[in-house]
Amino acid sequence: MSIITVKIKDPVLSFQNLHVSYEKDKYAVKDVSADIKRKSVTAIMGPSGCGKSTLLRAVNRMHELYENIETKGDIILNGKNINQMPAIQVRRMTGMVFQRPNPFPTMSIYDNVIAGYKLNGIGLKRSERDEIVERSLRDVTLWEEVKDSLYKKGTFLSGGQQQRLCIARALAFDPEVILLDEPTSALDPIATSKIEELLGQLKNEYTILMVTHNMSQAARISDYSMFMYLGELVEYGKTKDMFTKPQDRRTEEYLTGKFG
Amino acid sequence: MNSDKVTKIVLASSSIIILLLAGGMIYSLAQGAIPVFREFGLQFIISDDWNPRSGEESYGALPFIAGTVITSALALLISLPLSFSASLFLGEYYRGTRMARILGMLVDLLAGIPSIVYGLWGFYVLRSFLATLGAPNQGFGIFTASLILAIMIIPYATSLSNEIISMVPNELKEAAYSLGATRIEVIWNVIVPSARSGIIAGYILAFGRALGETMAVTMLIGNANIIPSGLFSTGNTMASVIANQFGEASGLKLSALIAIGLLLFLITGIINAIGKFVVKRMS
Amino acid sequence: MNNAGKQNIKNNLTGRKMKDRFFRGLVIALSVITISPIILILYELIVQGIGQISLDFIIQTPPDTFEAMTAKLNDEPIPGGIANGITGTLLMVSVASAIAIPVGILTGIYLYENQNKFLAGLTRNISDILQGVPSIVLGLIAYLWVVKYITNGFSALAGSVSLAIMMLPMIVRSTEETLKMIPVAIKEAALALGVPYYKVLMKVLIPTGFSGLLTGILLGISRILGETAPLLLTALGSSRINLDITEPVSAIPLLIWEFYNDPNMAELIWSSSLLLMFMVLSLNIVSKQMAARRK
Repeated sequence: MSIITVKIKDPVLSFQNLHVSYEKDKYAVKDVSADIKRKSVTAIMGPSGCGKSTLLRAVNRMHELYENIETKGDIILNGKNINQMPAIQVRRMTGMVFQRPNPFPTMSIYDNVIAGYKLNGIGLKRSERDEIVERSLRDVTLWEEVKDSLYKKGTFLSGGQQQRLCIARALAFDPEVILLDEPTSALDPIATSKIEELLGQLKNEYTILMVTHNMSQAARISDYSMFMYLGELVEYGKTKDMFTKPQDRRTEEYLTGKFG
Repeated sequence: MNSDKVTKIVLASSSIIILLLAGGMIYSLAQGAIPVFREFGLQFIISDDWNPRSGEESYGALPFIAGTVITSALALLISLPLSFSASLFLGEYYRGTRMARILGMLVDLLAGIPSIVYGLWGFYVLRSFLATLGAPNQGFGIFTASLILAIMIIPYATSLSNEIISMVPNELKEAAYSLGATRIEVIWNVIVPSARSGIIAGYILAFGRALGETMAVTMLIGNANIIPSGLFSTGNTMASVIANQFGEASGLKLSALIAIGLLLFLITGIINAIGKFVVKRMS
Repeated sequence: MNNAGKQNIKNNLTGRKMKDRFFRGLVIALSVITISPIILILYELIVQGIGQISLDFIIQTPPDTFEAMTAKLNDEPIPGGIANGITGTLLMVSVASAIAIPVGILTGIYLYENQNKFLAGLTRNISDILQGVPSIVLGLIAYLWVVKYITNGFSALAGSVSLAIMMLPMIVRSTEETLKMIPVAIKEAALALGVPYYKVLMKVLIPTGFSGLLTGILLGISRILGETAPLLLTALGSSRINLDITEPVSAIPLLIWEFYNDPNMAELIWSSSLLLMFMVLSLNIVSKQMAARRK
């Protein structure tokens, strides 16, 4: 049973008895129930293979791309059950940033930012597009660095810049929740700290749900933390409380480095 | 129905088109071949009596089957030392060097030369050359055809073998060198045994290619509907008899040619399947 | 070890070293012999054929056999050209591509998306087997299907069908391989933006893999440009320039075959072959360069 030490009012996202399995009776995520607070950073942490990425990817129904994965239980996004909407709609309400920066290689920086609109064939006036591109790039503090090369392809940017571009791409759609799957594990320390700083600012506008394999990162930037182990949600509470007074023995062992 | 489902159906249908194509091909060939089999039964395959004159029609495919198999096997034999050397050159001796890149490019270009151009060169240059050396029948015959065929299949045999040879792990080679072995000894005792199935697969596929070759062989083999009696005798192959005699063919003769096409299809299909099987067993 | 033993090893070593050097030399020599045909062939084509190549050669149709004979008797160069062959080849290659490219790419996408399904494995195997079918057999098939039932006679369409079947497996394979090399994260990023699957294919995956797909297509075209055998049973040939796909049509390899069979026209063989080789080799080199640049 999960030890949940917070009561979240008006959650933006709710997991309700979520199960995800890759093979019959082998669960990567077992019976997870939790509410996520609006406009805050919630970190999902745990050792390799604990199910944290699987939990994250259930939110935008990425598992449906793979036939052998089965999902049970519900996820409520802003009051609506995601299983009762078309998957495409769920994905437009959430933004995802992946572990390896992946700007679309055939598109310019400009087009990458508004890729969500472009690919979906959503028509925008030139002025609207310009505005979205500038706003999103400013939000990720990339605007000054690329404003003169908007029409070049994004692949010449550094790893950290590419990742900020991917975040801008997710923000351009104005998502309810931003899902980040170990966003800094492929970046160097300087780029990492820039992105951590950025996430700290973004939480004033957006809700951030982030998987991290680095517990000090969770301690640094998250307001709430979930600790998962072997597919179960072991403990969930305010980050400060979890790190100073972990309630479950397993949480304590993870935080003190007994297993990683 | 949402667009994802439609997309999946369209893609799967495209796949099914390929299957229908292959099935349809076998069906049409078999259908066209039935008349001649109904008339001559399995004798068709083992008889060498090919007589299209109306009133005394008789069809037997043996001369062509023999011609095809003999020229292809001979071509394989001739190409063996050449393509094997080229594979060793590219995959071992000069692997990764500029010379290997140039040689590799030239070998690839061999594959790009159209069959009819090989035939022309074979007819005007190679054949007269062999004739001046004393070859009978003005240079037409099994040997000349096999020679040009050997040149044509070299790139196919070389490219697969070359890849396999260069993939032999360095540790194995280094172990042999550290025991004091010379280069050729390492090649013979370590690399070749390790790469053996890949090399064999390459030759099987090259053989399959040779079986179906039409134009160059037609222009050099002499087009005699007999079972070849010796290395320099003339003969004919399945592919060339179809190409040559198709023009005015109808009725039973057409059926005979289609039947030969069916046999050719089956033989090359089986050889290629065997080659693929050997490749699969390797990986 | 005693001195005699050491001497033995020493003698042995010299022998082995010689053997090693001998084989190395043999490998080099045979490798050179292996590539000599292409040099010899190109040499022959250029020497014999370059003289005839001119603008007229490309825009005029061939002479008939009397004109050719007269020119030879008067020691003049044979007039005319191979325009009917060039247009016929271009026509059939275009139609063949129009047939093979959509089916090939769609099938390649299907195989890429369904690596482990039974239908995919079967299609992959059948496609590989199709690739090994001799071109003359494909000509038979196109004869049975198109000449007999669709166009009621020899036609460019029949020729195109046989060429399309030849191109198809190559395009299927290169599409699958190209898509497999695109990082999965790109596809997932597009899907995570809520883009429907067919748009991900058309607007992200195919553009990203474009040069790989193009390489496969160019290689396929260079392969069918030089094919003669299937056209003998399908397109038949024609002395005029013809753009009607329901009628017989000429092609460069077919013309070469006709010239070969007519002693008066023999001299046209070399220039036609040179032109054909030039087309095939340039396509070959261009596509290999594209492939190398991608790596």
